[in-house]
Amino acid sequence: MPDRISLQVLRYRPEQEAEPTVQEFEVPCHKDWVVLDGLNYIKDRLDGSLTYRWSCRMGICGSCGMTVNGEPKLTCATFLSEYAPGPVQVAPLRNFPIIRDLVIEMGDFMRKLPEVKPWIIRKEEKPLAEGEYLQTPEQLDDYKQFSMCINCMLCYAACPVVGLDSHFLGPAAIALAQRYNLDSRDQGAAERLEVLSQHEGIWGCTFVGECTKVCPKNVDPAGAIQRYKLKATIEWLKSFFMPRGAR
Amino acid sequence: MTPSHDVVLVGGGGAGLRAAIAIGETNPRLRVAVVSKVYPMRSHTVSAEGGAAAVIRPDDSLDEHAYDTISGGDWLCDQDAVEAFVKESPEEMLRLEHWGCPWSREPDGRIAVRPFGGMKRMRTWFAADKTGFHMLHTLFQTSLKYTSVQRYDEWFVTKLLVADGRVQGVVAIELMSGKIETIAAKAVILCTGGCGRVFPFTTNANIKNGDGMALAYQAGAPLKDMEFVQYHPTGLPFTGILITEAARSEGGYLINKDGYRYLQDYNLGKPEPKPVFRSMELGPRDRLSQAFIKEHEKGRTIETPYGAVVHLDLRHLGEKLINAKIPFVRELCLKYQNIDPVRELIPVRPVVHYMMGGVHTDINGATPLAGLYAAGEVACVSMNGANRLGSNSLPELLVFGARAGRAAAEFASRQPEFNPAILAQAEDERRRLERAFLQNTGGRERIVTIRDEMQKTMEESAGIYRSGDSLMRAVEKLRELQNRFRSVALDDHSRTYNTELTSAVELGFMLDVAESIVHSALRREESRGAHQRTDFPARDDQRYLTHSLAYRNLDGSCRIEYVPVTITRWPPAERVYGK
Repeated sequence: MPDRISLQVLRYRPEQEAEPTVQEFEVPCHKDWVVLDGLNYIKDRLDGSLTYRWSCRMGICGSCGMTVNGEPKLTCATFLSEYAPGPVQVAPLRNFPIIRDLVIEMGDFMRKLPEVKPWIIRKEEKPLAEGEYLQTPEQLDDYKQFSMCINCMLCYAACPVVGLDSHFLGPAAIALAQRYNLDSRDQGAAERLEVLSQHEGIWGCTFVGECTKVCPKNVDPAGAIQRYKLKATIEWLKSFFMPRGAR
Repeated sequence: MTPSHDVVLVGGGGAGLRAAIAIGETNPRLRVAVVSKVYPMRSHTVSAEGGAAAVIRPDDSLDEHAYDTISGGDWLCDQDAVEAFVKESPEEMLRLEHWGCPWSREPDGRIAVRPFGGMKRMRTWFAADKTGFHMLHTLFQTSLKYTSVQRYDEWFVTKLLVADGRVQGVVAIELMSGKIETIAAKAVILCTGGCGRVFPFTTNANIKNGDGMALAYQAGAPLKDMEFVQYHPTGLPFTGILITEAARSEGGYLINKDGYRYLQDYNLGKPEPKPVFRSMELGPRDRLSQAFIKEHEKGRTIETPYGAVVHLDLRHLGEKLINAKIPFVRELCLKYQNIDPVRELIPVRPVVHYMMGGVHTDINGATPLAGLYAAGEVACVSMNGANRLGSNSLPELLVFGARAGRAAAEFASRQPEFNPAILAQAEDERRRLERAFLQNTGGRERIVTIRDEMQKTMEESAGIYRSGDSLMRAVEKLRELQNRFRSVALDDHSRTYNTELTSAVELGFMLDVAESIVHSALRREESRGAHQRTDFPARDDQRYLTHSLAYRNLDGSCRIEYVPVTITRWPPAERVYGK
């Protein structure tokens, strides 16, 4: 393994330049250093103006997603040595506007998320004094994987539809809707159906499956979307045969 | 036009979001703002792993939870706060269940609980070993229902605005644009978490810089019990990633270089094959971290490039249990340490994890400064005393987040609109940020140099064991660093998303917090809980059954005062484990 490795980092300083450029830095390539350690080395020692997000450095806060050698990755969980002898190309996540350098603008996701009502909806709330809603481990398993989403946006960066249609809800938001739809405590699936079954909801998805491949938490948004398409179709067919209240 | 709110929350983690929802429930007409330097779901609550304590089983009682907490805190807890905490924790945890938190379950569908360090009964609720992650996302997603809550995502608060003796707003940088703005408020709740980054080796995320502590301290509110810094006994070397206490409560062993369960030599009980409550590996964190140092002094630890370690042995638990109960432990070991705990020993060493101390508040989160509230790790209520028990901090966020939210809502509804005098103060602050950092091109010091020296000083002088000499050296060194900080130079003089600017402000926060820690530690001439003085090895209830309060003098120096501990039903006694 080499002692040092070259990082080719995309720079974009909107106050100084109209177009992004690439700047090359050389950083130590220790065995246990991740790409994020390389970026921190640059910021601390070489160029304090390099800009990126990070926080937990343990793959759970979802801040540090970037494009590393063309693939969406959590940079805290991607070892530099995997790319030896280099160079390693680091760019912001695709499909998002760039605020600066490696920082993307994710306000669009933050606005779409509440549209799918990602909270428990019940006709009647049980009083706290009556204790918990019972939920067996099997019922927990029905939705558990969809609850693992850390909102890191890697799936949005990987999804070809997100890139083409800015109205598409996108993989994580749909997976989170399914997380509640499949929760035995929830009764809100009918309310969520409306937004999900719009063209921009689930039907935009062309089932490329890239979202599932890049998810660092093994969530399967593609599966959630396919399952939901089936359900929405059944609901749509039912609507011809049954009055609305009976569903 | 200055944006104005009834209540402004600084920080959008567990405590902040719980407070926001509490305000929404108390009075939906109140205009609430959550101002956070990160998107709320990035907050550090996300990293909590093992669980959250609340009495739920018939063989348990509120009094037992209170006793475990108070003895765990070496009798420095305010017992009225502990009693309120243990009573309200179960209902808060159930509320989170009703909001959809995916708690792990028994086969019949009831909430499952596990043992935890220093706890005499099984009362730790868990969502596998991503408890904080699930609690935070449940709170965040639930908070989206409340349209009265306005969020300022990625806004960095630099100052509290005080007029007429009460807090009336904040100054904050909108990161995306770099604009420095005033946000007026009738009440402010600090929910910014801890300050682990004051130390070099910590489980704390990069964002944990004691922001709220420093904001309060600089505004004249005192910091309480800052000498009590918790080292968690099991962090991965180099990264400082936490291996949850749940690994031990599920049956893991701590062993030294000879494969010996060394905790038996430190008055923590006898080794048994299965975990025993309040014994051995389920002892409290302070005692386990101290045992590591003693073991190291005896030459029985293992040397690595990243310092001495002992081993956490989970191999006998088997793959099935590890995958079911502590899957994140395995994921973290595989991804970051290249070790599979199913087959290999995990190297671990004590790592700075949590601040027992924080902004001085009463039982409702109110600080002595009118209009200022605090909840969560940033606050010191005090329910954690000299050492917090594992799994008490997550329910603390809920109980005291909700309490602070209700109290601030009530206070805010009685206040007039803000005094325009705060606008002049805000203008001064804007000018300070420009002059000291953005326009300052003459400085010689790099942020990283001062930060590294501060962290090294804290580790060497105010670590697991301290002495009067080491703390005196730290006092002098931190003064020097404060002076050098005035000539810090930035490479980045632009506006858009300037993280070098925020790092500089954070470094200023950390230096103040570090000073409050060493001054508080220097004055407490006894050993209690996480504060161990080699020159005063015994607990001294005659002189120090008191909380320290660190005040910032106008010249920037630190003044220590004391207030008594509230004792209700549990008179001070010896802490006994393993018997």
